[in-house]
Amino acid sequence: MNIALLLEMAAQADPERVGLVCDGKRWTYGELDQAARGACELIRASGASHVALLDESSEAAVIALFGAALAGVPYCPLNYRLADADLGALLGRIAPALVVGDVERVRRLAGGDGHTTYVRSEFTLAALEAVSGEFAEHDSGEGIAIQLFTSGTTAAPKAAILAHSNLVSYILGTVEFASAEESEATLVSVPPYHIAGIAALASSIYAQRRIVLLPGFAPEDWLKLVDAEKVSNAFVVPTMLGRIIHALDKGIKADISSLRAIAYGGGKMPLELIHRALDLFPDSAFTNAYGLTETSSTIALLGPDEHRAAHRSSDPAVRARLGSVGIPLPTIELEIRDEDGRVLPAGQTGEIYVRGDQVSGQYRERSALDADGWFPTRDAGYLDEDGYLFLSGRADDVIVRGGENISPGEIEDLLLTHPAIADCAAVAVPSVEWGEAVGIAVVVRGGFDKPADDELQDMVRSRLRSSRVPECVRFVPSLPYNEMGKLLRREVKALLAS
Amino acid sequence: MKPGSRLKSAACSSEAVLIKHSAGTIECGGAPMSADASGDGTPAPGFDGGTVMGKRYVDEAGTIELLCVKPGKGSFALDGVALVLKEAKPLPASD
Repeated sequence: MNIALLLEMAAQADPERVGLVCDGKRWTYGELDQAARGACELIRASGASHVALLDESSEAAVIALFGAALAGVPYCPLNYRLADADLGALLGRIAPALVVGDVERVRRLAGGDGHTTYVRSEFTLAALEAVSGEFAEHDSGEGIAIQLFTSGTTAAPKAAILAHSNLVSYILGTVEFASAEESEATLVSVPPYHIAGIAALASSIYAQRRIVLLPGFAPEDWLKLVDAEKVSNAFVVPTMLGRIIHALDKGIKADISSLRAIAYGGGKMPLELIHRALDLFPDSAFTNAYGLTETSSTIALLGPDEHRAAHRSSDPAVRARLGSVGIPLPTIELEIRDEDGRVLPAGQTGEIYVRGDQVSGQYRERSALDADGWFPTRDAGYLDEDGYLFLSGRADDVIVRGGENISPGEIEDLLLTHPAIADCAAVAVPSVEWGEAVGIAVVVRGGFDKPADDELQDMVRSRLRSSRVPECVRFVPSLPYNEMGKLLRREVKALLAS
Repeated sequence: MKPGSRLKSAACSSEAVLIKHSAGTIECGGAPMSADASGDGTPAPGFDGGTVMGKRYVDEAGTIELLCVKPGKGSFALDGVALVLKEAKPLPASD
């Protein structure tokens, strides 16, 4: 089934209803569907093998996504923050593409690749004008819907591909059609080239929940938009939530009483921050979502009731769940396995494997699925006795000290309980004796004195084990994060190795 | 019938997209569905419960799954056996 049917159904059920708001302009489902059909004509006429978006969020993302789907061509939103050389290489890999957005940059970096280019306003206008009166035969949706390049920190970026069937399974399995009231609106502030940004468009359209786009996140703008559009739902990455709360603390005035549900994901949520948010928004429903590009977004959820129960509880096991990513979706299977592929019991850390219709696990170059269709996520984690999933970082981030596996998360979680530590990261540092040892980069909280190295080492020794004690302690003004709030551990490693 | 195929009812305005199907005749309102059925007929008694847009319909054995993309007065069946609503556990919006 083609993902374009999601938009078609929304348009059929209520063509006049507003489906998207961006920069003050409102688009009905009928208009979006029409524009997607026109975009399909443009894409077919161009002969493009991919449709790329090199732009911030706007209605063009929806039109290009569903237009590409109708034309049977993968939609490939690109990270406009990439350096010229990296972006040029990606443009070469998807040539010839129809590219919407930064036309000048495409010409400069990939002028000879045969791309067809449109700036945003030209594209939406041309799409609306290209709708043919005759019924065009659209793609049946048996192929690839989305191609997303991974961040590629170690090698050239991998091209993860999602089939129509993966995304459709995810949406039909998790969203009830037309379930949103007309008053509901969801504020989308994640970039369009991230899986969360794409999933947000698809699920909101199928639920018929109005999409309010905020291209380029700033906390003040976010608060203003919640107020102006009476936003009911929002998805944020932890960094954004932190900045929103900071803006409120500074006294930014905005009526955000319409905000009923806040979902977050994309990076580790500091416990202190989520407790603070639960206090600050006592009537809001919080949901933590864990997922990957290769799994069509969410595969585990910590729901609103579980947030409140953990926040209120005095039982340490229940309270700890606020640090989990909740329970795997009922529509997927999830296992924790050791390095030899054996399934581990509750409480033991290993690599997270998933299987299900929404799980792609395919790259252009190869499939990452095993013989039985399981996808190794390369994320490390464990399930507790009640089935709550806890993440312990990337499997590649595990510190192997003299054959013992150490997850950075347990050291970081402990250090963050120190009043003088605002942020910290534990990474592997080279050790002659052990192969690898623990190194930590620490950010001191404003107004506090720098703790002594041995104070931190003693803290780890007394609360964890001697093997966890950091051999190398470095104080830094801040830690490196990407725009999704993901800690760039390789940069921390490089810093500690220098 | 391939997944993704669109089927129309001969007995009402219902339309469905096939998500999964292995064998058997897919019917609506008691009559076989097809890509170009007119929808002019009337649902047969017992197959007139109606279809709901956006709902998924399955058989007990899980051999077939349909997504209703246009509602109507008939109801879906496989080889004369009425299909049932696929109950989905509602999840909080996560993205």
